[in-house]
Amino acid sequence: MIRPGPHHAAGAPPETQPLPAAELEPERKPVIRLVSVVKTYGTGEAAVQALRGVSLDVVERDYVAIMGASGSGKSTLMNIIGCLDVPSEGEFLIDGIDTGTLDEQQLAVLRNRKIGFVFQAFNLIPRMSALANVELPLSYAGVKAAERRRRAEAALLLVGLAERTDAQPKQLSGGQQQRVAVARALVTSPSLILADEPTGNLDTRASHDLMDVFDRLNAAGRTIVVITHEADVAKHAKRIIGVQDGHIVSDRRVTPPGALPPLLRRPVDGPVRP
Amino acid sequence: MSPGQIFRFALAGLAANKLRSGLTTLGILIGVGSVILLVAVGNGSSQSVQNAISSLGASAITVLHTEGSAAGPEPSTSALGSTAFAEPQNLTVQDAQALAQAQGVASVSPVVSTSETLSYGASSNTASLTGTYPSYFPAENDTLSQGSYFTTQEVNTARDVVVLGSEAASDLFGTANPVGKSVLVAGIPFTVVGVLASKGSSGLSSADDTAIAPLTTVQDALTGFGTLDDVVVLAKSAAQVDTVEGEITSILDLRHHETAADADFDVLSASSLLSTASSTSHTFTVLLGAVAAISLLVGGIGITNIMLVTVTERTREIGIRKAVGATPGVVLAQFLTEATLLAMIGGALGILAGVVGTRFTIVGVKPVTVPLSIPLAFGVSALIGLIFGGLPANRAANMRPADALRYE
Repeated sequence: MIRPGPHHAAGAPPETQPLPAAELEPERKPVIRLVSVVKTYGTGEAAVQALRGVSLDVVERDYVAIMGASGSGKSTLMNIIGCLDVPSEGEFLIDGIDTGTLDEQQLAVLRNRKIGFVFQAFNLIPRMSALANVELPLSYAGVKAAERRRRAEAALLLVGLAERTDAQPKQLSGGQQQRVAVARALVTSPSLILADEPTGNLDTRASHDLMDVFDRLNAAGRTIVVITHEADVAKHAKRIIGVQDGHIVSDRRVTPPGALPPLLRRPVDGPVRP
Repeated sequence: MSPGQIFRFALAGLAANKLRSGLTTLGILIGVGSVILLVAVGNGSSQSVQNAISSLGASAITVLHTEGSAAGPEPSTSALGSTAFAEPQNLTVQDAQALAQAQGVASVSPVVSTSETLSYGASSNTASLTGTYPSYFPAENDTLSQGSYFTTQEVNTARDVVVLGSEAASDLFGTANPVGKSVLVAGIPFTVVGVLASKGSSGLSSADDTAIAPLTTVQDALTGFGTLDDVVVLAKSAAQVDTVEGEITSILDLRHHETAADADFDVLSASSLLSTASSTSHTFTVLLGAVAAISLLVGGIGITNIMLVTVTERTREIGIRKAVGATPGVVLAQFLTEATLLAMIGGALGILAGVVGTRFTIVGVKPVTVPLSIPLAFGVSALIGLIFGGLPANRAANMRPADALRYE
């Protein structure tokens, strides 16, 4: 859902293509809201503006693909949406919380509670079992061991890895490692699953399987933002946003946030936790 | 995040690179082990010196005959034959008798000593031979195991009698009773009247490999009536030792027409020897401890070094942990725990190695562990972990997660 509100960015206005169905949608709470976000690296002569005024809302249950070439500012956008970095100017809110005033400690807590990350390079901790990797965010959240184990096993079951809980990352294929990472991302029931080029290191088959997992998670009610440069991946999303030179240059709504993902291959089955 | 969980993360971090952790631990092990061992060696040597000195007797004062003004210019460098410098005088029996008049003196025993061959039948042995008065025995804390001491009467009549030290007696007679037997001292027959109880070894020479005979007899037969080697003065009590020392000095200065600068004697008491010796051995212990502490410091720097490498190597892991919600404080705690664990494991093993090491005699010294050094070494090693792990742990805690995640 697009909100060309009073804060809308200067620069190239996004092409808005509101679908009739979107107008029938109930009003949804934005999970993340960017208001004229500017991110500048360095100071003085050497200053580089990676984001030049980005405004964007992502609502609950939405499935958004952010597309852009390298250098377009999409990594910076991902860092800000992931609470790994804060904007230089403008506002970023996640679940209504403004990150601008938070310190590193508070950002860490926010990441733990609100965001589940899936990275291109899987980023599992070596020499730790799949189960221990999935338990990691729960450990930092202070969840007790028994509860941690129960929830981590449920998350691994959901991504189809219930049999490999004791395997170390190096004993798993790339596709399996990435599914462990997805389990880790969803184990805390975050407000947003943020995937950065999740299929970048996977072959076609494993990419398909992974996107299938994302489709099912979204169908089950998860809000997902995927950052990618692959059109095949973006096709799975309900909304596709183009980023170039630090601006949003296109914003195309495919299906309303409340609908099922466009490429969902089979109906939702299995125990998906809200 | 519970401390137990942080501890488990730290343990897993150390287990991930066992060889490196082991070698780092070795640095602390050697440091702590050498502190404990070397301090024990210093302490052991200090105790053996103190034991040797206190066996001399707390109230005994020894007046040693020296060669005179050794610090002054040689007489030969000035006019030949000149008597500008007082010739060192003999320490005489008359001097000893004069000392007996001083306040607080219980007894005075003039002493001449030499080293002679003792023989009995086929066995012979070289022992130190002391000529003195019977008052020498109580002054030296000697006790009898067999027979009796010689008497003043026997001194006055220069009888050929001898009291043997326990080692000298067993070398010559084995288990047989020597009392009443005749031994040859430098070829002269002496009758054994008594055997002393063992006093044990005091450092390099044995106090038991000795023979003691009347002063007159030894002077008559062996040393001649020249100077005494020393005079053993027994104060009435240990508290009077200092006063008596002063009196001895002034009496002898007067009799030898000397000033303190060119004295031809030295006055030594067990307590003055003890304080000199203990200050010397204290310096020795501190020096050994300092050398060992330097190796502990090197071990600590090793921890910093390895932890810096570890933190750099695990940059991406730190990024992941931060991305999934580890706060800077938790990351700091994990790496500090890793460093402190390394240091404490090294410290515990070092204590073990040090304590085992003190079971052995090292360069002739039986080390005596200073009990305080064990908890101290353990505490210091834990502290080293905290201090030397602080820099790397801080670096890990302050990494920016976005950069750390991208680190190759």
